[in-house]
Amino acid sequence: MKTATGYQGIPRWIFAVAAVGGLLVVLPLLAMVAKVNWPQFIPLITSDSSLAALGLSLRTSAASTVLCVVLGVPLALVLARGDFPGQRLLRSFVLLPLVLPPVVGGIALLYTFGRQGLLGKSLEVAGIQIAFSTTAVVLAQTFVALPFLVVSLEGALRSAGNRYEAVAATLGARPTTVLRRVTLPLVLPGLASGAVLSFARSLGEFGATLTFAGSLEGVTRTLPLEIYLQRETDADAAVALSLVLVAVAGAVVGLSYGARRSSAPVAVQP
Amino acid sequence: MSFELQASLRARNFDMSLSLRDGETVAILGPNGAGKSTLLGVVAGLLRPDSGAARIGDKELFNLDGGSHHWSPPHQRGTALLAQEALLFPHLNALDNVAFGPRSAGASTAAAREAARHWLTEVDALPLAHRKPAQLSGGQAQRIAVARALAAEPALLLLDEPMAALDIHAAPLLRRVLKRVLKDRKAIIVTHDVLDAYMLADRVIVVEQGCIAEEGPTRQVLERPRSQFAAGLAGLNLVSGIITKDGITTPDGRVFAGQHDPDWSPVPGQAGVAAFPPSSVSVFLGDVHGSPRNAFPVTVTDLEPHGDQIRVRACAGALAQALSADITPAASADLGLVPGMDVRFVVKSALVSVYPA
Repeated sequence: MKTATGYQGIPRWIFAVAAVGGLLVVLPLLAMVAKVNWPQFIPLITSDSSLAALGLSLRTSAASTVLCVVLGVPLALVLARGDFPGQRLLRSFVLLPLVLPPVVGGIALLYTFGRQGLLGKSLEVAGIQIAFSTTAVVLAQTFVALPFLVVSLEGALRSAGNRYEAVAATLGARPTTVLRRVTLPLVLPGLASGAVLSFARSLGEFGATLTFAGSLEGVTRTLPLEIYLQRETDADAAVALSLVLVAVAGAVVGLSYGARRSSAPVAVQP
Repeated sequence: MSFELQASLRARNFDMSLSLRDGETVAILGPNGAGKSTLLGVVAGLLRPDSGAARIGDKELFNLDGGSHHWSPPHQRGTALLAQEALLFPHLNALDNVAFGPRSAGASTAAAREAARHWLTEVDALPLAHRKPAQLSGGQAQRIAVARALAAEPALLLLDEPMAALDIHAAPLLRRVLKRVLKDRKAIIVTHDVLDAYMLADRVIVVEQGCIAEEGPTRQVLERPRSQFAAGLAGLNLVSGIITKDGITTPDGRVFAGQHDPDWSPVPGQAGVAAFPPSSVSVFLGDVHGSPRNAFPVTVTDLEPHGDQIRVRACAGALAQALSADITPAASADLGLVPGMDVRFVVKSALVSVYPA
């Protein structure tokens, strides 16, 4: 909680630099809002291709968020509570997508699940084709968004400590019961904010999706891809859709910060 | 069902063996870092010793000796742990916290809550059933933690300084609750407080440096301490040596005259201790006239208020041992005592108890 009185200890010039930093983020958004063609706004964002892209984005982001939770919770638990050789290496690899250019991630996925890929060949034989499908969109989004959930949840797990879990075990609770009734409820705020960040990251995913899934309308063309495409032909539509994306992302992040009580470390999107 | 344990953990310099009869409460006393919490961790299954074995009745907790290594995880041991802090699950209200053990044992929600109400009543906390832990005071939370531990129906209850984090107003109530619920219950209570040992325990074990220094019935250990730690708790000075006809002889040849324990016929030549309260010690400057026994030179190390007296702590050079004397503030002022002064302690031999170590 901030108090109005009391010593802050921040040099004045820090405020000036901070203002520049703030402007760097806010000014471009304002510039974009200024460019919005308001009379045409509603028709622009409700065109068939726009709605298809928005719907696809929301569906795939929701799916990849679920996948992030399903895979990320065990990963975070293993990284925070486990003690095994190679743990630090595993953490480095899990966090790699945070600093990797998404297009590189897309290429890596292509050589894994693509037609000639590591697993793709076998999947092809089984009649499953992943690349350039909606599944590929979800995979690409999960690939880039998973670290956000893992980092957020691992931080929450570490700050919660394992003393409650030890007590629960001495009270006769099996490890699965401890996880379900003690660990997860304790880190729920961290899990929620991790999930929200993952959703936001999935929503904005562009490079890996384009590389691995392509840009087929209604199948793999998510909102960011649609915006990039429209920018070439119809700048007004691109700006209007960008504003929609800003609004959705803003709402999601606002929800996250409003809801979470315990702070967990938040990584920065590259 | 009795409890038996033998375990050693080299990394913590820990090596102990102990046993509890059915319905017996044992207090573990000892300085910080003596291995008290390590003992509880090993019993609860939270710490794995290098070797040893433990069982409750015919149920094996662990057996790391011999070929077949057996290690029960904490949830299969029936050894509920109550820590210094209540550690109530913050997302559950008091009732569901207490119902946690029965629920984990497979009881239905209704049955578990019924049991929880019973145990909340036992610790006088039923009116708090629907409060969240954040809405409870430290004493209330700790009472509910007691109920939660008991509701798990542990075969052995482990208490790790349950009163240490409470303020002085909350501790007496919890102590009364514990006295009631620990009656006829197998429990190990780690404590710093002599009062806990007197009120709650049938037997005391004093641990020092990872080993058992002495053990025995509470009253006996505190009235006839054999370890420096127990003597400190009982507020007694303790000097060890070899028993003679009149008292004991310290390793540096000093003779301590005292009264032999009437319940015991002394065997000269046996190792023994002389215990005497600080109030039996007088302080003199320079040589003492007449021929008092038990007079020896010491160097004052500290002066501190103790009740309405001044406690003079001093080091008896050759004994390399701390001794204390209680004198009146007036006497202290008359003598002009300051740390570093060389004075003489004179102990009334009638107040020195001598007994075997």
